[in-house]
Amino acid sequence: MGVTADAPIPQNGPALSQEEMERAYREMLLVRRFEERAGQLYGMGEIGGFCHLYIGQEAVVVGIGLAMKEGDPSITSYRDHGQMLVAGMTARGVMAELTGRSGGYSHGKGGSMHMFSREKEFYGGHGIVGAQVSLGTGLAFASAYRNEDRVSIVYMGEGASSQGQTFESFNLAALHKLPCLYVIENNRYGMGTAIERASASKDLSKNAAPWGIPSRKVDGMDVAAVYLAAQEALEHCRSGKGPFLLEMETYRYRGHSMSDPAKYRQRSEVDEMRRTRDPIETLKAEMTKHGIDDAFFKAVDADVKAVVKDAADFAVTSPEPDESELWTDVLVGE
Amino acid sequence: MASSILMPALSPTMTEGTLARWIKKEGDQVSSGDVLAEIETDKATMELEAIEDGVLGRILVHDGAEHVAVNTPIGVLLEEGEDASAADTVNLAEGGDDKTAPASETSSSSAPTAPVAAPSPVAEPEWGETEEITVREALRDAMGAEMRRDGDVFLLGEEVAQYQGAYKVSQGLLDEFGSKRVIDMPITEHGFTGMATGAALTGLKPIVEFMTMNFSLQAVDHIINSAAKTRYMSGGQMACPIVFRGPNGAAARVGAQHSQCFASWYAHIPGLKVVAPWSSADAKGLLRAAIRDPNPVVVLENEILYGQKFPCPVADDFVLPIGKARIEREGSDVTLVAFSIMVGVALEAAEELSKQGIEAEVINLRSLRPLDTETIVNSVKKTNRIVSVEEGWPAAGIGAEICTVAVEQAFDWLDAPPSRVCGLDIPLPYAANLEKLALPKPEWVVDAVRKQLGD
Repeated sequence: MGVTADAPIPQNGPALSQEEMERAYREMLLVRRFEERAGQLYGMGEIGGFCHLYIGQEAVVVGIGLAMKEGDPSITSYRDHGQMLVAGMTARGVMAELTGRSGGYSHGKGGSMHMFSREKEFYGGHGIVGAQVSLGTGLAFASAYRNEDRVSIVYMGEGASSQGQTFESFNLAALHKLPCLYVIENNRYGMGTAIERASASKDLSKNAAPWGIPSRKVDGMDVAAVYLAAQEALEHCRSGKGPFLLEMETYRYRGHSMSDPAKYRQRSEVDEMRRTRDPIETLKAEMTKHGIDDAFFKAVDADVKAVVKDAADFAVTSPEPDESELWTDVLVGE
Repeated sequence: MASSILMPALSPTMTEGTLARWIKKEGDQVSSGDVLAEIETDKATMELEAIEDGVLGRILVHDGAEHVAVNTPIGVLLEEGEDASAADTVNLAEGGDDKTAPASETSSSSAPTAPVAAPSPVAEPEWGETEEITVREALRDAMGAEMRRDGDVFLLGEEVAQYQGAYKVSQGLLDEFGSKRVIDMPITEHGFTGMATGAALTGLKPIVEFMTMNFSLQAVDHIINSAAKTRYMSGGQMACPIVFRGPNGAAARVGAQHSQCFASWYAHIPGLKVVAPWSSADAKGLLRAAIRDPNPVVVLENEILYGQKFPCPVADDFVLPIGKARIEREGSDVTLVAFSIMVGVALEAAEELSKQGIEAEVINLRSLRPLDTETIVNSVKKTNRIVSVEEGWPAAGIGAEICTVAVEQAFDWLDAPPSRVCGLDIPLPYAANLEKLALPKPEWVVDAVRKQLGD
């Protein structure tokens, strides 16, 4: 394979089986509805501080999730709720962390941007742009050190893709052939700055080319395309050939955070994207073509709605952390 | 005219070296740029080049000679056509005409003065037999012992492997543990510190060597935001067993960017532990403890101390507790609190004060976070006076913390306001005389004590 894989990924038949399509639909819808509810709870004052919603980008994390193997660690930035749900963390635990309650994954001490699950191999949830890229490279380093068959999935926004430590990490991962899949979620805006105004590199998928890291640019609004690309990339990493880079062309419908009035783009741009490229609607149309009937969608919709309602109820009724929590978990062994 | 070839200073802190071997023999023609001899410093083997043409008339210091002081004449260079007997006419007094210079940027005429040999601590009585080793060897032994003990421990940093350590601290580790566990890094502190921290989050136990702590600034986000806070932010799910170590503080004549103390920076951060060894026993015992600790630990070493010898327990299981200070000298009249290289300065000041009839108690903090306030407070209750001694700047420094501890916890025992001896509040200058003026010395400590006594 060349440095940048431009040729289409070879494919026999449909990218996703019916079972995979059903799972993808369910997971994307869960992320969507979860985030909508989080937005609502924020508006009600139940969630404070910074809260970055994943709405619009669901196909990325769900498509990669389909291709990951159990035990593959993952790490991301502060736009992390989708990653956590797909990693298998409970909607209750994530939502209760957003509301800062004792039932949250960090007992309310982390918040939206800082959540972890040792059990699900999810390493956060990082509030500093780009930090997770070198930390994630370290997860891959650890797998290599221990000779484990695990690929580290490292998500970053296109903003972080220009960070110095991102390039330092590419270099280290290529130098040591680390099993590391870098995923740039290019949602076009780093906070309020369009990618064209922030990056002189016009093709982010080529950003790791100097280190010989193969890459692909992927339609990140198409869960099947994401899945196919992720399969190929993960196979590359798993076979000991070193890191791989995927640039996901995606889009966030909401502002950077809850307090973002999104004056940097036209409302029509968002509407057009939702109307023509929405990942959930696109998959639904494809599934309908495959003869999956309305009863399935209705059942999943109802089920997801119930999960999210349960999570929200839990998150607003779970008690605030005990004041004794203030002094715990500062150091191990104290 | 014949001239002497002097033992060169080949690094900012070199005061003596070994003349490994002469490349030229007596009577050999020498051209400018020819390698005359190989000199071993405490850090590396370097070549001594001729800077003038001539003939190597006489060799004064022979192959293998150790502890040759900088500026000692080691040979005589004759001018073309000059008779060998001219070698006898050369003034061989130390610091004679300098006709050769090393390849390095430091010429022997501007060699730094030798750091004053610090008074030795008494041995760790509870650990039995000791041997005299350098702080450098103590650090290396600590890493080696812990790497033998635990396969999850590994060392990474710039020049730690093939080069054997920029300051030779990791000498021999690559040979013993291989390139999987002693790993050279590119000069990218931000990236490799993040990588090591990520590996630590999975339970591995990296030792990150910063060539000097100055470069930890490039990586400070990972030390503070990624390593120190993740335990708390994860509600106790994650741990980060990692060591960040390297030389801290002023070396010798390396200027402002390479000479500063980060003690108060790191000691400020909850979620970190910070230790600052002075002696070889401190270095070995504290570094072993740091590597075993399940938390991120910053180990602030000191380049000038690397080459100094101290007695160190030989016991295989020797380790020191983090968070415990050591009283290096008992006294009844004033408490001097210091850490790292300043412990030596405080001990020297104590000797001088003793001559003046004042007995100082000297506390070697060893650990800056957690701080052993109990030992400080108990000492103040005995002596009723306290002076903190640190190389770093005064503003928001460790001394400010020490004085506050004394005021908050031993106010009624104080006979005078606590005071601080610190480095001057300026970027450290390069010029030898200015640098000397900027760093704390025993006289400053003596003055501070005498001031408290009303002199």
